[in-house]
Amino acid sequence: MTRKDPSGGLLVSPIRNGTVIDHITAGEALNVLRILGITGSTRECLSIATNVESKRLGKKDIVKIENRELRTEEVDRIALIAPHARINIIRDYHVAEKKGVEIPKVLKGVVRCPNPGCITNTNEPVASTFEVLDKGLHCLYCDWLIKNDIASHII
Amino acid sequence: MYHIISIRDFERSDLDYLLDRAEEFDTLGYRSRALEDKLAALLFFEPSTRTRMSFATAMARLGGRWISVDSVEASSIVKGETLADTIRVLSSYADTIVLRHPKEGAARLASEFATVPVINAGDGAGQHPSQTLLDLYTIRQSMPIDGIDVGLLGDLRYGRTAHSLALALSLYGVTLHTIAPGGLEMPANITLELRERGTEVIEHADVEEVIRDLDVLYVTRIQRERFPDSASYYNVASSYRITPDLLTGVRENLMILHPLPRAGEIDPAVDRTPYARYFEQAKNGVPVRMALLHEVMK
Repeated sequence: MTRKDPSGGLLVSPIRNGTVIDHITAGEALNVLRILGITGSTRECLSIATNVESKRLGKKDIVKIENRELRTEEVDRIALIAPHARINIIRDYHVAEKKGVEIPKVLKGVVRCPNPGCITNTNEPVASTFEVLDKGLHCLYCDWLIKNDIASHII
Repeated sequence: MYHIISIRDFERSDLDYLLDRAEEFDTLGYRSRALEDKLAALLFFEPSTRTRMSFATAMARLGGRWISVDSVEASSIVKGETLADTIRVLSSYADTIVLRHPKEGAARLASEFATVPVINAGDGAGQHPSQTLLDLYTIRQSMPIDGIDVGLLGDLRYGRTAHSLALALSLYGVTLHTIAPGGLEMPANITLELRERGTEVIEHADVEEVIRDLDVLYVTRIQRERFPDSASYYNVASSYRITPDLLTGVRENLMILHPLPRAGEIDPAVDRTPYARYFEQAKNGVPVRMALLHEVMK
């Protein structure tokens, strides 16, 4: 899906309708897809570029998803692992919407609590709820603190 | 509505206020009819003797009544009912719900579904705020809490009473000394939180090196189920046993506390020393829980 630009840069083919997620932290593209529930068995037409040179980030990943516009809660999830990502909604080859990602103060139903004893890991009708702190994600039910490897806890 | 869920929800002024209220009930000799027309639901999904009976006693001493579920086997939980549904239903029966549950965060969840106040009576390895208040109350009966040296001994990893107490003490400028067997140390995030709150936390390898510098020694049970076999349990447990010999040269005002039940951490011979205050501590559960019940239902 990528080809060498004669001027020396890398280009990824444009899409007609869908979403382009640019400025993803290098190496996180596959995690972004996992968060979006896109696996080998789903039907989306995808373009993925990893470790592309970026003026801002040094290296970055890019994901293009055809015929799918991301919802706000999906964007929240991406913010956790790619805080500099830019989301472009494409309609008929044009950028119809452009937005950054922002980690919300509270994450509801986004991250699974790693504490097996937490009430949110039972059949109770509640979603996990974490407040976002500088030192990590704090479970508002059991007080567990997720400091590392947040991607592996994303639902 | 006023719920009592976690010690983290309290400012120092809230704690002092509740301790003052408990003291008033204590000096009244428990003669109060303040909750005469009130009903408390005691919902205990885990074994408990002191907590459950002292809540029931506190209700009775305030002239109120209570209904109770004492085990999971006797409740609709065995039929697959969620805690959320149980709480919704009980909210329509009683004026407050006192909950003991094996899962952490259960009381927080209950407070979201209840239409009456919820008091957390212990949620898994999480919080046990009424125990913390009675611990503080017992200390305050003998000395001002500010600036004292408190030793926390035993299972500091899973012991919820130690976590709650440490967080509450951090509001009083105390120095905390932690003494725990390998693998049962205070969780790093709690130690970090305590230090962020400005509390000095000093870790010690054994109790002997610090006991002479303490005003309070808070002993918790080392739980047998945390060890792979009996031999390793006894090995560790015997090295954390408080005996009269160990108390030679300690500060005159030292008080030894234990949330009870004790397994073998405190030699019964210690009971006869002036330092043993754990039975008084258990007795203080009544005025403290009277204050809590009265506060949420008044």
